[in-house]
Amino acid sequence: MSITLNDYLILSTIIFMIGMYGAMRRTNLLMLFFSTEIMLNAVNIGMAAISKFHGDLTGQMFAFFIIAIAASEVAIGLGLLILWFKRHSTIDLSSLQSMKG
Amino acid sequence: MFEVIAFYLFAFLTIAMFGITVKTKNPLYALSSLAAGMIFISAFFFLLGADFLGAVQIIVYTGAVMALYAFGMMFFDSINDIKESASNPKLTFVLSGLIALIVVMIFMAPVIGANAEVVSPINPAYGNTQDIGMVLFTKYLIPFELAAVMLLVAMIGGIILAGKKMDVSITALSDQEVDKLHTDTEIKKDIK
Repeated sequence: MSITLNDYLILSTIIFMIGMYGAMRRTNLLMLFFSTEIMLNAVNIGMAAISKFHGDLTGQMFAFFIIAIAASEVAIGLGLLILWFKRHSTIDLSSLQSMKG
Repeated sequence: MFEVIAFYLFAFLTIAMFGITVKTKNPLYALSSLAAGMIFISAFFFLLGADFLGAVQIIVYTGAVMALYAFGMMFFDSINDIKESASNPKLTFVLSGLIALIVVMIFMAPVIGANAEVVSPINPAYGNTQDIGMVLFTKYLIPFELAAVMLLVAMIGGIILAGKKMDVSITALSDQEVDKLHTDTEIKKDIK
């Protein structure tokens, strides 16, 4: 018995679903950022697994660029969150709603 | 055998940690369990022979991103529990449909990828780090440089967004005073 590509992909799917569940259920913006990080990490596991089982380095390259994007997303996102919290003293998602519909 | 035990152990730990992150009401618990989950994910990278990716995962995610979140949380009221209102049920329905579609596509992926050809093969003769360096600085040089520029832009953007009027507490002011602050800076710009 050994671990196959499918096991890694199933694990990646489960973690992605946890992140998606968080993104649907949470209304706090900081928690939404955490859920985004979880989803990005789930994809990274899948990329690394495919890279190993196909003997191709491209998957790992894409994982690197995803990590770079996640890092810059956090920097900009936290800056915007701090700015919003200074003005409105809340980071709840419903406070962003300015139009009635 | 060792690989199987390690896979299931770390899979269980990662899922448990991320489950805590999405379920807890305390932001500090969410932050700590997310950091722990990131470290456990690096274990999968080491298992998969992607040593450099595992080291980058620990350094960038647990070192940089989590530290940034920890500093950012000082600005928010992270001691209190989060109060959240119920979300839109229709949206949840649509998104869970999308998740089901993604699951089907992921289980199909090995079938689709069976006849995929290898573009940049792994050389076992070099180590993983050297191997990645060879590909990154030849084939992926332009994306690499673009990522560097993107990180620079993000860094400057973060400093400008978060560091603006750090000496004044805008939440403590009334609306008129905030408007006055903005008009003052606009007048200064006009004079310049």
